[in-house]
Amino acid sequence: MSSRAYFGRRYMLSASHRLHADSLTDEQNRESYGKCNNPHGHGHNYVVEVLIGGPVAAETGMVIDLVDLDSTVRQKVLERFDHRNLNLDSLFQSTVPTTENFSRAVFGLLQDALPAGELKYVRVEETENNFFQYYGAD
Amino acid sequence: MIELTRRATFSASHYYWNDAWSAEQNERVFGRCANRNGHGHNYTLEVTVAGEPDPVTGFVVDLKWLKDVLEREVLSAYDHRHLNLEVPEFASTIPTTENIAIAAWNRMETALGAAPGARLKRIRVYETPEIFAEYLGEQ
Repeated sequence: MSSRAYFGRRYMLSASHRLHADSLTDEQNRESYGKCNNPHGHGHNYVVEVLIGGPVAAETGMVIDLVDLDSTVRQKVLERFDHRNLNLDSLFQSTVPTTENFSRAVFGLLQDALPAGELKYVRVEETENNFFQYYGAD
Repeated sequence: MIELTRRATFSASHYYWNDAWSAEQNERVFGRCANRNGHGHNYTLEVTVAGEPDPVTGFVVDLKWLKDVLEREVLSAYDHRHLNLEVPEFASTIPTTENIAIAAWNRMETALGAAPGARLKRIRVYETPEIFAEYLGEQ
């Protein structure tokens, strides 16, 4: 049996950011981003959810080994962003670290690093009430 | 097209073991999950049905009926059971979250055939709040 299924896993990381576009004036930034433009930044407990698709291996019953997935996400994403300021990361030097862009950044970091399967989406929950999902380039 | 999802919970025990492998290999691949005494989870199962709302009732499918089908086909077989020892499909298949999603799909698909205009779209099974698997049928 090699049915295709999806395996999902949720991770938490805490990070700070400030939404500010250099191409906009200070006034335009305040208008666009409101309190998220606070020059001192602010933080969130982010939930990063990943969904991996692939055939269910007959001998293990798994799409991907949880331990291998955890290790990849820890190395590529959690160690890089947890308890950090997102604005200082090299990926956000010319891109505003909105959660939309953060989802895309995480997708890019994981896409080619997975030990098995294909990355279907990355979902980032910024708070309990807003979240963003990226499925890769169309 | 509307998707409608019903959520239910069940509690069950299981362990991961491949009879074709040595004990050492099972323990290396499956870690703590290979403990033959088993361990348990509170599972959450989401069944998603897709279809057009009926022009008279406004329902894609009657939720009470869906609840009854889920209870009869899946929950009554899985809830408070040892999946490896008491559920036939896991006598020869390891009850990973992936395989539970596939097995629940197979149990629901035939029964849902009785609902005109609705079809099974997705089964998602949470083993813990942080771990889940989903199955969309043969693709």
